[in-house]
Amino acid sequence: MIYMDNAATTMQKPKEVSEAICRALSVMGNAGRGAAEGALSASRIIYGAREKLAEFFGAENASCIAFTANSTESLNIALKGTLQTGDHVITTVLEHNSVLRPLYECQEKGVELTILGCDKKGNISLQELEDSIHKETKAIVCTHGSNLTGNMIDIEAVGRIAKRHKLLLIVDASQTAGIYPIDVQKMGVDILCFTGHKGLLGPQGTGGLYVREGVKVRPLLSGGSGIDTYNMHHPDKMPTALEAGTLNGHGIAGLSAALAYLEQTGIDVIREIELKHMRQFYESISRTPGIQIYGDFSAKQRCPIVSLNIWDYDSSEVSDELNMSFGIATRPGAHCAPLMHEALGTKEQGAVRFSFSHFNTEEEVETAVWAVKELAKR
Amino acid sequence: MLRKKEKKLIVTFHTTADAMAMEKACKEAGTKGRLIPVPRALSAGCGLAWCAETEEKEQIARIMEEKKIEKEALHEMFV
Repeated sequence: MIYMDNAATTMQKPKEVSEAICRALSVMGNAGRGAAEGALSASRIIYGAREKLAEFFGAENASCIAFTANSTESLNIALKGTLQTGDHVITTVLEHNSVLRPLYECQEKGVELTILGCDKKGNISLQELEDSIHKETKAIVCTHGSNLTGNMIDIEAVGRIAKRHKLLLIVDASQTAGIYPIDVQKMGVDILCFTGHKGLLGPQGTGGLYVREGVKVRPLLSGGSGIDTYNMHHPDKMPTALEAGTLNGHGIAGLSAALAYLEQTGIDVIREIELKHMRQFYESISRTPGIQIYGDFSAKQRCPIVSLNIWDYDSSEVSDELNMSFGIATRPGAHCAPLMHEALGTKEQGAVRFSFSHFNTEEEVETAVWAVKELAKR
Repeated sequence: MLRKKEKKLIVTFHTTADAMAMEKACKEAGTKGRLIPVPRALSAGCGLAWCAETEEKEQIARIMEEKKIEKEALHEMFV
């Protein structure tokens, strides 16, 4: 099978990841619960991962990183924990439902929501973004990269706007963490939400958020924390404030090994390979009659994603055919990004998404090119 | 070119959990079929559907009844 659904999850992980998880399953106690060897071992492994993530994202220190199960959980914490009735928040049509649905909930509770549109290529206008700011505006929430088109938003530029107007900048880095360098301080990000199982190459059920020192986030959950037992309230110190209950220590051990792999291999090297695959695929099919490709391929920076349709064929049928006849795994349909589909006019047809890994080979990309061209023949 | 379409029985579900229960139940009962992405004619959303031969209809209805698998809808269509 040729796996080209890496924007959904990277299925092929470095072998160090599974080794670390297996090891953790036999040595990990519960982090922060007692000082016996198992508990300490878990605390050390988790702290190690926390430190690595802090360094990876340019955080002030390890305590700015809280672990969650995935980006969705991180985004729910970030949005519901900072926005209040009367606040105004600006977001974009590029967003995934993990941003939109929590925002719609906030809207029902009296938060004013502005959703920026995009041009034909799927890009937002920074001018329009700045023009949408008014005196009640509290935050800008946006993705670093669209999971549908692969287009990226210039976070550093958005960060400058946020700073100029003293707004919180909350970023969804689901598609970019582990692929593009992210420096939260340089980019002016206040809260960065990430998942462990995509570009970071860790296991599913891992993820987290960076919260800038001094930014207050109300926790979604309260409960066991291992500290401050006689306080009736959940401790408000990061990272404990956002980590009620036992963490996914075994998964985090895997994520830590994945981060070591990224460090050793270099995300620049990984990204170059993935972008090369994307270019090879795009350039080989972009002029083929019947193939419609979405997104901006003239941009310098983009995610290694190519979403397309063939004639007026149902994207589900095309994806199923790629799977059954060519052994190529892609994702069809709506990609949990309803407003982006509306903007592209693909609400009915959906789109077939190819997303590449550095573990893919040139031959695999060639096979995908051939398969798509075969399906486009009339 | 896409495959020639054939008339099939398509069962859609409210949740992925129901679709997985369907696959398991059909496998256990030795009833043929497979999970496919939901055709757009039925839904534009995410999701899986159970695709089987039309003559399996009664057998499939029985399995769903027995295993208490709730369907969203059952269609006969060309896919």
